[in-house]
Amino acid sequence: MLFKSTVSALALTALAAGTAAARDNIQIAGSSTVLPYAAIVAEAFGENFDFPTPVVESGGSGAGRKKLCEGVGENTIDIANSSSRIKQSDIDLCASNGVTEIMEVRIGYDGIVFASDINGPAYAFSPADWHAALAAQVAKDGALADNTNKVWSDVRADLPGEEILAFVPGTKHGTREVFDEKVIIAGCEENGTFELHMAANGGDKKAAEKACMALRTDGVSIDIDGDYTETLARVDANKNGIGVFGLSFYQNNTDKLQVATMGGVEPSVESIASGEYPVSRPLFFYVKNAHLDVIPGMQEYIEFFVSDEIAGPDGPLAAYGLVSDPELAKTQEMVANRVPMGVLN
Amino acid sequence: MTDLTSSGAVPAPRKGSLLTQDERTKRRNAKEARFRMMGLIAVTIGVLSLVGLLTSILASGLSSFQQTYVELEVYLDPAKLDKKGERNLDDIAKVTTFGYAPLIDAAMTAAMERAGVSSDLNAKAAGELISKEAPASLRDYVLANPDRIGETVSFDLLAAGRIDGFFKGRVTMASAELDRNVSPEQLQLAQQLKEAGILTTKFNWAFFTAPDASDTRPEAAGLGVAIIGSAYMMLIVLVLSLPLGVAASIYLEEFAPKNRWTDLIEVNISNLAAVPSIVFGILGLAIFINMVGLPQSAPVVGGLVLTLMTLPTIIIATRAALKSVPPSIRDAALGVGASKMQAIFHHVLPLAMPGILTGAIIGLAQALGETAPLLLIGMVAFVREYPAGPPEGFFDPAAALPVQVYNWTQRGDPAFVERASGAIIVLLVFLVIMNIAAILLRKRFERRW
Repeated sequence: MLFKSTVSALALTALAAGTAAARDNIQIAGSSTVLPYAAIVAEAFGENFDFPTPVVESGGSGAGRKKLCEGVGENTIDIANSSSRIKQSDIDLCASNGVTEIMEVRIGYDGIVFASDINGPAYAFSPADWHAALAAQVAKDGALADNTNKVWSDVRADLPGEEILAFVPGTKHGTREVFDEKVIIAGCEENGTFELHMAANGGDKKAAEKACMALRTDGVSIDIDGDYTETLARVDANKNGIGVFGLSFYQNNTDKLQVATMGGVEPSVESIASGEYPVSRPLFFYVKNAHLDVIPGMQEYIEFFVSDEIAGPDGPLAAYGLVSDPELAKTQEMVANRVPMGVLN
Repeated sequence: MTDLTSSGAVPAPRKGSLLTQDERTKRRNAKEARFRMMGLIAVTIGVLSLVGLLTSILASGLSSFQQTYVELEVYLDPAKLDKKGERNLDDIAKVTTFGYAPLIDAAMTAAMERAGVSSDLNAKAAGELISKEAPASLRDYVLANPDRIGETVSFDLLAAGRIDGFFKGRVTMASAELDRNVSPEQLQLAQQLKEAGILTTKFNWAFFTAPDASDTRPEAAGLGVAIIGSAYMMLIVLVLSLPLGVAASIYLEEFAPKNRWTDLIEVNISNLAAVPSIVFGILGLAIFINMVGLPQSAPVVGGLVLTLMTLPTIIIATRAALKSVPPSIRDAALGVGASKMQAIFHHVLPLAMPGILTGAIIGLAQALGETAPLLLIGMVAFVREYPAGPPEGFFDPAAALPVQVYNWTQRGDPAFVERASGAIIVLLVFLVIMNIAAILLRKRFERRW
């Protein structure tokens, strides 16, 4: 009872102290992958404009979009960073809370790379290798069998004879979705396991994909729920381990990691921009249009973010590892006209 | 009877010298020696792990208190900074930080020539020795002193993170070979500049005053905003929890009737002290941000949440302090005609004060190091603007010391590892100061009966 009355007393004091002061800084939340880019832009924005530096929070793409959809008003965020596209459920939530106009801004592409300790052997992978190494069930003599591959050379004879140990992003990461789709499922289709799963599931494509994505649970594939720094620490401790990283993280740690090729292509800003390197994804941020004329500097910030000198191929974002969007001019035009996103396709 | 005596329950009277120990005494002594040994081992393990922890933090963090600077004579080229030549601030402000980078490259080349340092690097690669923060400091200077355009001004600019790391042993020629952010040639140039005295290592005051910086410039990242944020939160915690906690304890200890209700409250307070701190964060998010509508990332919300967390600690400490004042003091006061309130405020409370203050300081120290509840109320943010002075500043976004540590450990650039350890050292120093203050207070003012 005492506690309760204390809480309400505190709340009242806080209320009385006044929340009326208008917010003059932009508030951004969302993906930890987009965070470093958003921080770079926020910093440059604060230096070059008369507006305060925006506040950028991380917390994950899904959490950021949910926060964006909490409603309209100064105590809700203005922009949500996201490493995956917005979902219909988010749009519905937004609509039910009165957030009707959302602008989708694609800032560029992010490559996902596979890297191992710098002193270990070099790897040349294909998605099929990763599926064969990590999936719970693989094709053996034309039938599904439990995966018993121990070393990479079991998977394909010309890979090094190192023990298989992979550090993959945990399921709460946006990166995991891309890893599942572009590596595991693609590899599953490549090495023929997909057809076996299709047959086993009576032609149900969704169920077959799900079966493809089931990874081994015998300690060969380890989910990392933390950040890339944790993956790096794990690779450091297990010299035969291979970690999944973002391109920009790898580029900041090239003295400790060596990168594996995927499908014969080495990941780089160029090979991802051209589409040769297969494992990449677009990065977005979502803007609450209703706040555009309320929060000072918001329109300027968004235009600054997608301007050529920031997001272009020679800008600071590209230097940090973002693959710049070839259709940036279109995005710039859309942002200038404040075009809200249409129906999800 | 014979069974009893033969089983040895009653020891036979001692015969022989006291100086020679019998079997039984030897066994007892050995037991004691073993117990002492175990205790000693336990203490040693504790001390060793503390020493290990401190050494690892100090080894990786002490270097963050030193920073490499480059002294450059920069020509503030009017052709680049003020094309119209009218010294109109609005026109000058139109030149962004990108427009200042060439000035620094040119100044670098000039400095190399003057110092007689030659290098195969082109002007841009040589300019990369300077932090990306430098154009911003240049621009700030020009906007503050537009009349200096056209002159040559001497600046102390930050060296890039990798160059700084080279002088701290984090970056080596071998690692630079593999590093795409720095080349061995750049390191050689840095070495030559150091010998020429252009590059110097100084105490890093900016680490305590500068705000956070983005991943591309770890050398510029500082704790300024985090220290202010933590200070604001502690102020709020102190102002709210001390009076509330002391008032609640005095009432419960001295006035409240002993019945079921007060028993229930007592049990609840003890329970609250054991509630995991993240629960207070969830509570804060639900009540202060979602219901009351207080701003995110603001010290006021952090302070309120930490107040809730600290209250039980303060109440328990205060009640213990009040209890330890002997009843004879109260009785004597009441006996000479004081009212109950006078007895408490004139006699009991002053005597209990050292205990109360110690409890408050320990509660504050706990709140200062708390991270979990702050994660939920948006304090894990990239904040570069200093909050305003109190009280408006309580509502401005800010960071906090422990959260800044958490934040930096997640960054991609290895230079942030050093910064995070440095921040831990700063946090530890604050905690040690608070705990020493608590011990001193207790030592100096405590009275025993």
